[in-house]
Amino acid sequence: MNRVIHAPHSVQIAINTLFNKEFTTSNKGNFGILPLACSEIDVFNEEKRNLSLGGHVGFDSLPEQLVSKSVTQGFCFNILCVGETGIGKSTLMNTLFNTMFENEEASHYQNGVYLRPRTYDLQESSVRLKLTIVDTVGFGDQINKEDSYKPIVDYIDTQFENYLQEELKIKRSLFNYHDTRIHICLYFIAPTGHSLKSLDLVTMKKLDSKVNIIPIIAKADTISKSELHKFKIKIMSELVSNGVQIYQFPTDDETVSEINASMNAHLPFAVVGSLEEVKVGNKAVRARQYPWGVVQVENESHCDFVKLREMLIRVNMEDLREQTHARHYELYRRCKLEEMGFKDTDPDSEPFSLQETYEAKRKEFLGDLQRKEEEMRQMFVNKVKETEAELKEKERELHEKFEQLKRMHQEEKRKVEEKRRDLEEEMNAFNRKKVAAETLSLSQPVKKDKDKKK
Amino acid sequence: MSEAVLPDAVVSPAVGGLYGEKAGGPVLDFSYVGIDAILEQMRRKAMKQGFELNIMVVGQSGLGKSTLMNTLFKSKVSRKSVLATAQEKIPKTVEIKSISHDIEEKGVRMKLTVIDTPGFGDQINNENCWQPIMKFINDQYEAYLQEEININRKKRIPDSRVHCCIYFIPPTGHCLRPLDVEFMRRLSKVVNIVPVIAKADTLTLEERDFFKKKIREELRANGIDVYPQKEFDEDAEDRMINEKIREMIPFAVVGSDQEYQVNGRRLLGRKTKWGTIEVENIAHCEFAYLRDLLIRTHMQNIKDITSSIHYEMYRVRRLNENNTMVAHANGIPEHHLAAHEM
Repeated sequence: MNRVIHAPHSVQIAINTLFNKEFTTSNKGNFGILPLACSEIDVFNEEKRNLSLGGHVGFDSLPEQLVSKSVTQGFCFNILCVGETGIGKSTLMNTLFNTMFENEEASHYQNGVYLRPRTYDLQESSVRLKLTIVDTVGFGDQINKEDSYKPIVDYIDTQFENYLQEELKIKRSLFNYHDTRIHICLYFIAPTGHSLKSLDLVTMKKLDSKVNIIPIIAKADTISKSELHKFKIKIMSELVSNGVQIYQFPTDDETVSEINASMNAHLPFAVVGSLEEVKVGNKAVRARQYPWGVVQVENESHCDFVKLREMLIRVNMEDLREQTHARHYELYRRCKLEEMGFKDTDPDSEPFSLQETYEAKRKEFLGDLQRKEEEMRQMFVNKVKETEAELKEKERELHEKFEQLKRMHQEEKRKVEEKRRDLEEEMNAFNRKKVAAETLSLSQPVKKDKDKKK
Repeated sequence: MSEAVLPDAVVSPAVGGLYGEKAGGPVLDFSYVGIDAILEQMRRKAMKQGFELNIMVVGQSGLGKSTLMNTLFKSKVSRKSVLATAQEKIPKTVEIKSISHDIEEKGVRMKLTVIDTPGFGDQINNENCWQPIMKFINDQYEAYLQEEININRKKRIPDSRVHCCIYFIPPTGHCLRPLDVEFMRRLSKVVNIVPVIAKADTLTLEERDFFKKKIREELRANGIDVYPQKEFDEDAEDRMINEKIREMIPFAVVGSDQEYQVNGRRLLGRKTKWGTIEVENIAHCEFAYLRDLLIRTHMQNIKDITSSIHYEMYRVRRLNENNTMVAHANGIPEHHLAAHEM
C-alpha cells in the first residue's frame, strides 16, 4: 500500500510524455509520482527499463562492500537443543564447533524444564561469530510431562518479544542489537528404532510455527543400518501425517539447490558426537572406541554428522537466519500486534493509527489504574470506618462502666453521708443530752455541796 | 510453575583450535568448522536479491547534471536521454522527476533511480526552492516508515529513500553563493550531500585549488557536514580513509558521453580546439575519484548512513511529534508521556 505524493499538474503532462501515452488516472484525478516502488513503475511501463552499460562502472563490488561491512559487525547465531537429559546434546555441540564448551552434566532430578542459554565468541579466519547455545535441562525427566514444552515455547517467544520491543522503541539501535532469537532448533530423537515418542510429536508440533526445526537421531551408533533406514522412514511419515513442519533446505538457488535437495532426503540426520581422538590407520580421527570397532564421527558411511555440519553451518546458516527473521518473527509480530489491538491503516484514516490505538489503550489502561485506585481507596475507607465503629463501641462500653462505677461511688458516698448524718445526729443528740445532763448536774452540785457540808 | 531460564553463563572466549587466521595450505579437517562459509552465503543472497540505489542531482540548469549521470553509469540513465521529446522550458517551480533503471554488471543487479530537480535555482526569486526537495526526501522516509509499521508488511520493504544527493556548484572560482550555502545547510541534516564543482574544465588547476579551499572553509564556517561526515567515522581506519576524501571534496568534475580517439585509445572526453579533456584522467579532472567514492568503495556506506542515521532521525522526530500531537488532543500533559518506550 503506497502513499501517493501529490504533484503539480504540469508534472502530469510530463509523465504522459515520459511514457509516450495518455495516462488515465483512476484515483480522483490526482496523479503523483509514487516513491518508485518497483511494482508501480512496472504498472505503467510493461517492459522493464533494462539498460546495458557502455563500460565497466564498478558496482559489482557492492556484494563485497556489503560482506565486509558484515564482517566488521560480526554475526550472531543461536541454536536451541531440545532433547532428553543424557542424549548427547552438549557432546554434539562440542563436536560441531570443535570446541570444548564448558558445561556440567545435568541432573535427572529437575522438577521442571529449564532453559540454559550460553553465549560464546568464536572466530575463524576473519569471521567473528557470537554463538548462543540454549540447552533444555530436565526435558523428559519428569513423571508428568504435559507441560514440558511450555518453557521452551515461552523462551522462544520472549526472544521475539525482546526484538519486537527494540524495534518499536522510538530511539532504537537495531544495528548494535544482540539478536537472541533462536535461528535453529535441533530436536534430538532417542534412538529407539521404532517411532517417535508422543512427547516428541507434541513438542515439535508446538514449535514448528515458531522456529526452524531439524530433527536428528542422537547416539546413532546404537542402531544398525537397516533399522536406521526403517526408523528414518517411520519418523518422516509420522511427522508428515501429524502435520509437523520441519525446516526444508532451500532449493531455489541453483548453486546449492542440488545438494540441498539431496540432503532433504536424508532427514532426520543420524549423528554421533565425540571429541576424543582415536588413531585409525595413520591418522587421528574423532571417534568412539568400542571393543568391536571404532565409530568415526566424520565418516559418512558411519553417521550423518558431516551432512549435518555441512547443512547447518557451511551452506544454510544465512538462510536459517533469514527464515527466522522473515517468517517466524514476522508471524509472531503480526499476532502480537493484532492481539494488542492494532490494525493496519485503511486508506482513509490518519497515519500512525498505531500511535492512536496506542494512545487509546493507554487511556484505557490509565482509566483502569484509576479505577483500581478508587477501589483500593474505598476499601481503605471502609476498613477505617469499621475500626472506628469498633473503637467507638469500646469507648461507649468504657463510658458505661465509668458511669456505673461513678454511680456506685455516689451510692456509697450517699450511704456514707447518711451514716455520717446519723452519727452526727446521734452525736448531737448525745451532746444535747450531755449538755442537758450537765446543766442538770450543775443544779445538782448545790445539793451535792450541801451533802458535802454535811 | 518452574522458571524457564537460568541466569546466563559468562561469555567465555573460544577454547581450542579456532583462533586467528587459518594457516596457509590445507588445514587439518577436524579443526575447520566452516563458519566463514557464511560470507559466501551472504554474497549469494545479496546477488540474488539485487541492490537499490537512489541518487538525486541538484543544481541550476545547464551545469551538466544529466551528462554527469550518464558518464557515471556509462549509459543513458538520465531523464533527458529517455525523454526524446522533452520540452526544454524552465519550469516555474522546482519539480521532482525520477526515472528508474535496472542495470546489471557481472551478475550484480541494481535498480538505479536518478531523481532530477529541474527548476532549482533558476528563478529570479529563489526563496524556499529547497522546500519541494526536502518534502520529497521526507516523503520517501514517510513511505518507508509507513510500510515498516504495517502489521502485514512486505518481506523486502521497497527502498525509495534518497541515498545520496549530488549538489552541483557552478564554477565561479570565487566562493559559494548564498543559495548554495542555504541549500546545503538545510539538506545536510536529512540526506548525504556530495558537492561537486560542475564543468570544471573552465578552471585552471590553481583556480581549482583555490576554489576548493574556499568552499571547504565556507562549509566549515557554516557548520555544514557533507558526506563523508566526520561524526559517523567508525574507527581509526575509517577516519584515515575519510580524511583523505574530505581533503579532496568538492570534486571538480567534467562529464561526457562522447568517445574520442586519444593516443590510440578510445576515451570519454570533451574535444575542444585546444585539446581533449579526458574524463577519466585524474590529471584532467576528478571524475574518477567521484566515481570511486560513490560506486566502488562507499556505496554501501552511503546506504547505511541513510538508513541507520538519517532515517532513524526522521523516525524519532515523527514518532515524538505524533506523541505530542495526540497528547494535546487528549489533554494529557506532555511530561506524563513516556519519553522512549512505545
